[in-house]
Amino acid sequence: MGERERETEGRLKLVSRVVEKVISGDVRTVARLIRDIDDGIPEVRQALKELYSHTGRAFVIGITGAPGVGKSTLVDQMLSRLRSRNKTVGVLAVDPTSPFSGGAILGDRIRMQRHSMDEGVFIRSSATRGHFGGLTQSTRSAIDVLDAMGKDYIIVETVGVGQDEIDIVKSAHTTVIVVIPGMGDDIQAIKAGILEIGDIFVINKADREGADKTLTDLRLMIEMDQKRYEEGKWKPPILMAEAVFDKGIPEILEEIENHGKYLMKSTGSLNFRKEKTKVREELKEMVKSRLIQAVFYQLTESGEFERAVESIIEGKVDPYTASDNLVLPAVGISNS
Amino acid sequence: MSLTYNQKILDEIREEYESWQEKVTQAFESKSERLDRFSTVSDREIKRLYTPLDIKEHNFIRDLGFPVQYPFTRGIQPSMYRGRLWTMRMFAGLGSAKDTNRRFHLLVKEGQTGLSTAFDMPTLMGYDTDSPKARGECGKCGVAIDTLKDMEDLFDGLPIDKITTSMTINPPASVIWGMYIAMAEKRGIKGRFIGGTIQNDMLKEFIAQKTFMCPPKPSLRLITDTVEFGTREIPRWNTISISGYHIREAGSTAVQELAFTLADGIAYTQAAIDRGLDVDDFAPRFSFFFNSHLDFLEEIAKFRAARRMWAKIMKERFLAKDSRSWWLRFHTQTAGCSLTAQQPYNNIVRTALQALAAIFGGTQSLHTNSLDEVLSIPTEEAATIALRTQQIIAEESGAANTIDPLGGSYFIESLTNQLEEEAFEIIQKIDEMGGMLNAIERNYPQQEIADAAYHYQRQIEENRKTVVGVNRYVTEETVPVEVLQVDEELERMQIEKTSRIKNGRDNKKVKECLERLGEVCVGNQNTMEPIIDAVKAYATLQEVCDVFRSTFGEYRDPGIY
Amino acid sequence: MQKRKLRVMVAKPGLDGHDRGARIIARAFRDAGFEVVYTGLHQTPEEIVQAAIQEDVDMIGLSSLAGAHMYLFPRVAELLNKSGAEDIVVCGGGIFPDEDISRLKEAGIKEVFSPGSSLETIVKWVKENVKPRGG
Repeated sequence: MGERERETEGRLKLVSRVVEKVISGDVRTVARLIRDIDDGIPEVRQALKELYSHTGRAFVIGITGAPGVGKSTLVDQMLSRLRSRNKTVGVLAVDPTSPFSGGAILGDRIRMQRHSMDEGVFIRSSATRGHFGGLTQSTRSAIDVLDAMGKDYIIVETVGVGQDEIDIVKSAHTTVIVVIPGMGDDIQAIKAGILEIGDIFVINKADREGADKTLTDLRLMIEMDQKRYEEGKWKPPILMAEAVFDKGIPEILEEIENHGKYLMKSTGSLNFRKEKTKVREELKEMVKSRLIQAVFYQLTESGEFERAVESIIEGKVDPYTASDNLVLPAVGISNS
Repeated sequence: MSLTYNQKILDEIREEYESWQEKVTQAFESKSERLDRFSTVSDREIKRLYTPLDIKEHNFIRDLGFPVQYPFTRGIQPSMYRGRLWTMRMFAGLGSAKDTNRRFHLLVKEGQTGLSTAFDMPTLMGYDTDSPKARGECGKCGVAIDTLKDMEDLFDGLPIDKITTSMTINPPASVIWGMYIAMAEKRGIKGRFIGGTIQNDMLKEFIAQKTFMCPPKPSLRLITDTVEFGTREIPRWNTISISGYHIREAGSTAVQELAFTLADGIAYTQAAIDRGLDVDDFAPRFSFFFNSHLDFLEEIAKFRAARRMWAKIMKERFLAKDSRSWWLRFHTQTAGCSLTAQQPYNNIVRTALQALAAIFGGTQSLHTNSLDEVLSIPTEEAATIALRTQQIIAEESGAANTIDPLGGSYFIESLTNQLEEEAFEIIQKIDEMGGMLNAIERNYPQQEIADAAYHYQRQIEENRKTVVGVNRYVTEETVPVEVLQVDEELERMQIEKTSRIKNGRDNKKVKECLERLGEVCVGNQNTMEPIIDAVKAYATLQEVCDVFRSTFGEYRDPGIY
Repeated sequence: MQKRKLRVMVAKPGLDGHDRGARIIARAFRDAGFEVVYTGLHQTPEEIVQAAIQEDVDMIGLSSLAGAHMYLFPRVAELLNKSGAEDIVVCGGGIFPDEDISRLKEAGIKEVFSPGSSLETIVKWVKENVKPRGG
């Protein structure tokens, strides 16, 4: 066996060990793997391939809403309840990366710290990082890892401001949108995309002034969305909560359960691995990001990309032609 | 009422001022000033010169007046320090009750006129020394108090019927106060004869100091219980020391310190009124606690603005009729956060200037920091120097010869007005949020303070603000300063002591008392008497606090950065 | 292929509530391009280490201004060793008498920052002494 083959075999053995450890629930290995996914380490792909067959069991809940609405506090209370029912939970808390420095303060964990010593809970904070189509993919992969680790529930908490964050929750079974009273006109400003994907709406800090108006506003917005009113479709409930006082949590969990039952009834299974629309979505995303990763990497490494930029500036070629010349050969399509 | 300066005078001055400005600007064209911008430590810009034009609307009677007359800008006592000097009250606490008792005796011997107690972290948070959360913390930043026995040892041999005691304690304040009252009773001193202060200000804990136990609403209930009890039974006691010190230490500006503190005062006043108390019954016993920070003149203006503002709030907003309700009585501590570890002897100078500002501001009592506080709990020598600082100001400097010596200065009056105006704006904002409790829940003061702290740090990093010895006038050599070490054995010995007490007491009675307290907590009677009963039976601090925790829940840090 | 980002934890162990410095440092680390997991107040050493492992951080910065560092900081280092995570660098900031500093370093605290340390100095130290895992 040549050096190269030995190296590959060694690496594959390592990957198998990693996979084994993930399945057995080893915290350190899972933590490192998720980090490697976030950092775009190419080796993780092999591990993810092997882990795939172990996924599809966990129930994924997406929680999204503007900063300050109380998502983390809500998750913290949900954790307590789920744990008291002996369910294990993985939490992925995503916070925005500063566009100026590239750094981030990941502070969601603070509100859930009382669970850090609980072996049945795994909390991981990630930053959006704004990398090229990467956020959705890396979060999905992280979900897969927690799934393979054996977690019954996975909660993904994001600030719903970017398209990426909206896309993340598409990997969830149930998406909960959290708002607070007094958002008033801001409700109109909530990205249309978010309202569409919400399966459950929660008005948190419901003891504040304006809660009733927010309820009316939300109801109106949801009712305007015709698709919801088809026979047999899930009608998103609007719930009131005061997460910091542990009020309204059982109702939220109940509706999540109801939504789970609805999914079961309408699609026949909660295993996304077997559900055509979900698989199609996921494959599309993966193909997109794989394509960009592979082709772009090649083009920048070889300098072709920069040379094309120069040519456009020198007036030698237009960007439409330039991009044809860059991409089509790379994917093996003839240029005529 | 006529204004101090009539329009004619002001016009004359303005003309002269503008021509002076022109001449000066020409001069400065060739030679510029030292800095682009002169500002206070709170980053308030200061002009080159202040004249009557800066206090155009000044009315002597309305804005300044006389001491002990509304609005009290110049002071709340008729002869201020000529009658009686401010109380020299040095914050002290370390190790065991016996260790602190020794320090108390030393300070009294050296001339301090009031006691002030610092407790260790476990005590401050309502835990006993043997709690796993208390590992490694016993006696490190103050005295460890677990039971009434510790309280008895702490004040052994001290004349608590003649001298007043301040205790810096917040979540478990009612319990510690209960122990003090029980200790006095055991010595035959009734409640009517003891005087002092408990800090007991939970709102600023949520905002700044961050010793927490229960959430805001139940905390306010416990505080109102003490106000009610104190008004009835312990009339010489200040049941709340509404504090701005910590808010400033956490990084706020002078205006924020002023505004948030008074807003807290408004919240406590309202809570007591809602309880059914008459404002004039309890307001005279509210006291305040401010920071005296680096900018000498801004601080003096701040203290004067505080007095005027509180008088207005009490008279106009709460319609208090007794003039004693309108008085803002305050204790001051020089700014701990301004001290440096580099060239520690410089701290003596900083403290002296800050102390002087407090005197010019008319404080009722003063603590001066020791030069080594940046490194550890003060040594006896360092604490003595700090005390001497006050004595030198009092006896040698002439600062105490007349009331409000800086009153009438164009700069000081202008600054006092500005601080008052800006602070009232912030208070209005808080009112619009529905009061301090709501503002805290929204993290408003916490975020403002975090931003101000970061802003100041950036200024230091960029050398736009100087810290002598740290970013300018730096010396390489370090001057060794002797630092106090707390005995490592202390924790073990304290645990043993408390354990012996728990074994030797009537445990059945303790259980009954704690159950009774639990019932009162769930109901709405006053918690003070059941607390006193429990501590008399030698229930520990944590045993009582655990009743609060299990009834009211625990508050956790929301982590605002 | 991206360069690995540095992940650091800023933690306040024990009962000490003085968090002005910790919060400012968290911001400074963010401005320097690090990902900062801030744990908030009142954390036990056990909670800090568990969180550090779950978050796969490269460094833990502990802040203490109430004198309990001689128990808390070495305990964090000890627990990291016990969990096989001794590669996580531990440093401290706050108030420490000189004698304690050498003892802390012996216990595994790599560096200690006393009052007056500039943000620039601290960030520089981290960039020079803490590498992202595998980096």
